[in-house]
Amino acid sequence: MKMLGSEAIIECLKREGVDLIFGYPGGAVLTLYDAIHKLQLPHILTRHEQGAVHAADGYARATGKTGVCFATSGPGGTNLVTGIANAYMDSVPIVAITGQVSVDLIGKDSFQEADICGITTPITKHNYLVKKPEELTRVLKEAFYIASTGRPGPVVVDVSKDVFNAVIDFEYPEEISLRGYSPVFAGEEESIDQLVEVMKKAKKPLIFVGGGVVLSDTSNELRKLTELTGFPVTTSIMGLGTIPSDDPNCLGMLGMHGTYVANMGAVDCDFLLGIGVRFDDRVTGLVKKFASNAYIAHMDIDKAEVNKNVLVDLKVVGDLKWSLPLLLDKIEKSNPEKYRENVKEWMTQIKEWQQEVPLPQTYPTTDEGILPEKIITEVSNITGGDATLVTDVGQHQMWAAQYSKFIKPRSFFTSGGLGAMGYGLPAAMGAKFGIPQEQVILFTGDGSIMMNCQELSTIADNDLPLKIIVLNNEVLGMVHQWQRMFYGGRYIHSTTKGKTDLVKLAEAMGVTAFRIEKEEELVAGLRKALIEIKGPVLVDIVIPQTANVLPMVPPGSRLDQMILGGKD
Amino acid sequence: MNRTLAVLTENKPGVLTHIAGLISRRSFNIESIAASYTEEPDMTRITIDVTVEDDVQLEQIINQLSKLIYVIKIVNLTDEDSITRELALIKVVADKHNRSELRNVVEIFRAKIIDVNRETVVIELTGHERKIDAFCEVLRDFGIIEIVRTGKIALSRGPLAAKDM
Repeated sequence: MKMLGSEAIIECLKREGVDLIFGYPGGAVLTLYDAIHKLQLPHILTRHEQGAVHAADGYARATGKTGVCFATSGPGGTNLVTGIANAYMDSVPIVAITGQVSVDLIGKDSFQEADICGITTPITKHNYLVKKPEELTRVLKEAFYIASTGRPGPVVVDVSKDVFNAVIDFEYPEEISLRGYSPVFAGEEESIDQLVEVMKKAKKPLIFVGGGVVLSDTSNELRKLTELTGFPVTTSIMGLGTIPSDDPNCLGMLGMHGTYVANMGAVDCDFLLGIGVRFDDRVTGLVKKFASNAYIAHMDIDKAEVNKNVLVDLKVVGDLKWSLPLLLDKIEKSNPEKYRENVKEWMTQIKEWQQEVPLPQTYPTTDEGILPEKIITEVSNITGGDATLVTDVGQHQMWAAQYSKFIKPRSFFTSGGLGAMGYGLPAAMGAKFGIPQEQVILFTGDGSIMMNCQELSTIADNDLPLKIIVLNNEVLGMVHQWQRMFYGGRYIHSTTKGKTDLVKLAEAMGVTAFRIEKEEELVAGLRKALIEIKGPVLVDIVIPQTANVLPMVPPGSRLDQMILGGKD
Repeated sequence: MNRTLAVLTENKPGVLTHIAGLISRRSFNIESIAASYTEEPDMTRITIDVTVEDDVQLEQIINQLSKLIYVIKIVNLTDEDSITRELALIKVVADKHNRSELRNVVEIFRAKIIDVNRETVVIELTGHERKIDAFCEVLRDFGIIEIVRTGKIALSRGPLAAKDM
């Protein structure tokens, strides 16, 4: 069938099951936008390209599908960069389609020209510059395949303007032929046999779970594994929700702001099983001393993650959908009672640590405001964990990770790897578009929300019932905390106190908003926002400036060298 | 320690950028890199000479490079019984007084003089990099004007091709 290149792109997206695009038009993609209209594919106009890419990210995390965003050439493409890097770090499947100047203008420093492939090479799983119309459908087929298979990630397809206008004979390729890319599914079964042997002997085991379990939809297998063996589980921030918070074997988060019990456990364990993790420095603390007495096994789909940060004794490379069921099967056949028996003493120790320094603690503060843990806890009390939480980056992100109650996977979206402030609002918006039937709640800070606050307009204009909770301390909280702890309390350029009124800002953009200043107003205010008001709401909650995120493992320290604070 | 990798890639635009970019951003040390077409028109072969601390680091380099979509295969030619060669072109000061002396040195190293004028000669030498190093050292007495080297290329001995290993 003859059609324009731009129409072929929309047709390809339909064949890939894409039902929503986030984007922002511009000179180089006008023909593409014309095709969106002609072929009727739903599109959300964000107010900034960065909003579009983060929204595609949130949409992808919420739905498990590949998120799609459009941007024009030059600044359109460069505005996507943070969002692409973010998706790359957190392994989120995204296809970003950007316009490029026409072929005869490429390389001439033309108006709105930027080498977006060159710029995004280090932060994409793969990228393409399409200069020939006949390559278009093959490239799109490959782009979706690469983005969504194996370890997922973002793919950029940069399309020269004349390709949109070229008439092509549309044929969507059935097959993909990529000699250098065949994502692994099954690995070596012997490695799992070996793993079972080690697990049998473990006296002080710890399972450490990351985003890989969310991506591969294996949280049921994980739950079964801990149920069978009785082994305790800690997670990275990306792994939150894979195991219910109230599971007796759930120790909470590990690392810099991890729980006391998880960090003590990681230092003292004799066997550590990493599942779908990459041993980020925020998790390991001083890497040489991370689980230094333990036999470490690592299950991951990406063999380049094995031995990257932490040297392991056993690798199980393969899709967790392959390895975890096989592991369960072998454990079931190997007298699982024994595992529980072996770890009895260890679990007593774990319980002691849990009681010694539990969450929540009450933070010592020297000023007024509602305590952050109280806010997060009350939100969980209202939702019962049945909500999708999205965060920005900073103190509120850590408090949300520490105090939220989780009951299911894919219920906590955060900029885990890149730590990009400004992620929250557009990502929460994208998530809500993807799962409109679910309650989506954004926790953000007064610093973070300003980095992409323009998306309040998108949310209002689409009547998107997103719930935005701002933990407002009028400072860049995490920066403030580090300055307080490590820079002698010199708060250099870390205050946001000024003339901005977030309630008025939200209202100006069409989002209902109100402020909560007193603790006695908290529960009623939250109920009003989350339940009574049906549309989008922003709640600006005043919290103390001097609240620290604790426990805290200072950078470069061993995990058990935590600053605890707590009740004096 | 030095390791020589044969990286077989698809012959697509940007392949070398992807590979060179990955090596630099992951802070791997490369001594040399040489790319060219191969017996298959849609395949490029890149020989990379890397310095690594240990086998774990080497494994990391190989695994990271393997993740690039256009990389088809990587063979560690250090492990195989392989031949490595490098080509150098060297411009040296040579007038009528020392030209014959220079020719002696060229002969000892089995190099070739491929261009002569009244003041200089250009010498071509193919061989192991250490041989080229040694040759350059001797030529310093004559006065080296400029040197260009291709970087190492490597091929395994025996009947098998790297793509079939």
